Amino acid sequence: MWVLIGIVVIVAGFVLRFNPLLVILASALATGIAAGFGPVEIVSAFGKAFNEARYVSVVWLVLPVVGLLEAYGLQERARALIESLHGATVGRLLTGYMLLRQATAAVGLISIAGHAQTVRPLVAPMAEAAGDRQSEGMDEDTREEVKAWAAATDNVGVFFGEDIFLAIGSILLIKGLLEQYGYDIEPFHLSVWAIPTAIAVALIHGFRLFRLDRRLKGPRKATNEA
Amino acid sequence: MITLTWVYALAGAVFAAFALLGLRDRTNPKRWGTSLFWGLLALSMWAGDALGDLGNGILVLCLVAIAGTGQLGRGTDGEVDPVVRRERSARFGNGLFLLALVIPMTALIGTFVFKQVPQWVDPKQTTLISLGLGVLLALAAGYVWLRAGAPVPLEQGRRLMDSVGWAAILPQMLASLGAVFALAGVGDVVGSIVQLAIPEGSLFGAVAAYGLGMALFTMVMGNAFAAFPVMTAAIGIPLLIERYDGEPAIVCAIGMLAGFCGTLMTPMAANFNLVPAALLELNDEYGVIRRQIGTALPLLAVNIGLIWWLAF
Repeated sequence: MWVLIGIVVIVAGFVLRFNPLLVILASALATGIAAGFGPVEIVSAFGKAFNEARYVSVVWLVLPVVGLLEAYGLQERARALIESLHGATVGRLLTGYMLLRQATAAVGLISIAGHAQTVRPLVAPMAEAAGDRQSEGMDEDTREEVKAWAAATDNVGVFFGEDIFLAIGSILLIKGLLEQYGYDIEPFHLSVWAIPTAIAVALIHGFRLFRLDRRLKGPRKATNEA
Repeated sequence: MITLTWVYALAGAVFAAFALLGLRDRTNPKRWGTSLFWGLLALSMWAGDALGDLGNGILVLCLVAIAGTGQLGRGTDGEVDPVVRRERSARFGNGLFLLALVIPMTALIGTFVFKQVPQWVDPKQTTLISLGLGVLLALAAGYVWLRAGAPVPLEQGRRLMDSVGWAAILPQMLASLGAVFALAGVGDVVGSIVQLAIPEGSLFGAVAAYGLGMALFTMVMGNAFAAFPVMTAAIGIPLLIERYDGEPAIVCAIGMLAGFCGTLMTPMAANFNLVPAALLELNDEYGVIRRQIGTALPLLAVNIGLIWWLAF
C-alpha cells in the first residue's frame, strides 16, 4: 500500500508546479524507499531505466533540420500557401491533417509526422495563417489556442489511427498478455476492433474543429468575449 | 550492421554540438548550466552503456540538479531577422516543402526497404535508423541547395533546443519512473484497490470500472502500456472475460483505446502533451491538454459503450 506514495508525490508536485524533473526523482525515491530499497539501489534502477529509454530522446535529432528550414523561411512559405487557398480554414485544415494522420498511422507510418517534424514547422503556421484570415488578425489568446489545436489534432489523429495497424506495440502487448492467460488471438482480430473508435474520434474531434471555425468566423467581439 | 548504437552516436554528436555552441551565446545568462546539461546528455548517448547503472543514475541526478535549481536558460543569439526569412522564403519558394518532406519520406521508404536487408540494418530499429538517415539526407540537400553556412543548422537547432529546455528529457525521465514503479509493484496494489471498487453483479459497472480504470491509471502513469496489464489482470480477464463471457479481442482492443483517452488528459504523457507546448512556445504549458479534454471525455464514454455493446 505504501508504494502508492509515489503517485501522491507526482500529483502533488504537478499541482504545486514544482520542476517536474525534481518531482519525478522525488517520486522514484519515495516509491523505492516504501518498497524497501536503499538509495543506491533506487538511483541505480533509475539510471538503468534511463539508459534503456534513450531512444525516446533521439527525436531531437530533427531540430537542426527544422532550424535550418525555419531560418530559410519555411514557416513563411507555409503561411503563404494557406493564404493562397481560398477555402482554407483552421477547422478544415486540421480535420484534413487529422484524417491524413489517422490513415497513415493505420498503415504503420507513425513517425512520418509529429510535433517536431511537422506540427512546428508546417501545421501550426498554416493553422495560424488560416485563423488570421478567418478573424482578420487574432488576438494573442486565440493565436495560442489555434497553435494548441494543431498539436492536439496531431495527437488525436495518431493515437486513434495507429491501433488499426497490426504490428504496433500496443497490439503486440495485448496479444502477449492474452497469451499468458491462454487466449490465442490473431493481431488482425485485435486491430479491426480499433476501427469503431477511430471513426468515433474523427466525428467528435471533427465536430469540435467545425465549432472552432464557427467561433473564429463570427464577429470579432464574440472571440474577445470568449 | 547498422544498429541503434549508430543513431545514439549521431544524437550524442548533435547534443555535444548544442553544448559547445551554447557556450558562445553570451546573451544567455545561464549558458554554463545550459551547456553542461546538453553535454551530459551527449555523454549519455555516447557512453551510456559503459557508465554502469549507478553511473547513469548519478548522471540523472546531475541533470535534475541543473534543471531543478534553474540553471537552464536561453539567449537571443542566432535569431534570424523576419525580413531575411521572408526574402529567403520568396527566393526558395515551394521547394522548401520538398526539403521538409525529406525526413518523412525517408521514414516511409526506410520502413519498407530496411526490412528487406536485415543483414545490414537492425530490423527491429528501422524507425529510428530511418529518422537518423533522414536527418543526414535533409541536411545534405539543405547545404547543396540553400548554400547554408556550415554551422547554421546546428546553431538554429541549438536555439530551438534551448527553447524546449529541460522538458526535452521529461519523456525519458517518466519512462524511467515507470520502471521504478514496476519494480516496486505499484501496479499490483492499484489493481487490488480497483477490484474493491467494482459494484457487485453489475455488468455495466464492471465495464465502466475497466474503462475508467484504464483512463485514470494511464493518467497517473502517463502511458496506457503501463496501465493495460494491471487493469486487464484486475478486471478485464477475471470479470469481463471469464465471469461475464466477454469477447477477449474486443474487451482488450477497446480497453487499450480507453487508456489512450487518458493519455490525452495528463501532463505525465509529456512527449505528447508538454513537449509540443514547449516547441510551439505556448505561454500555457497545459494548453495542448486543455484542447484535448473535450475530445477525450466523450470518446472515453463511447469506448465504454462500445465494449458493453460489442463484447457481450
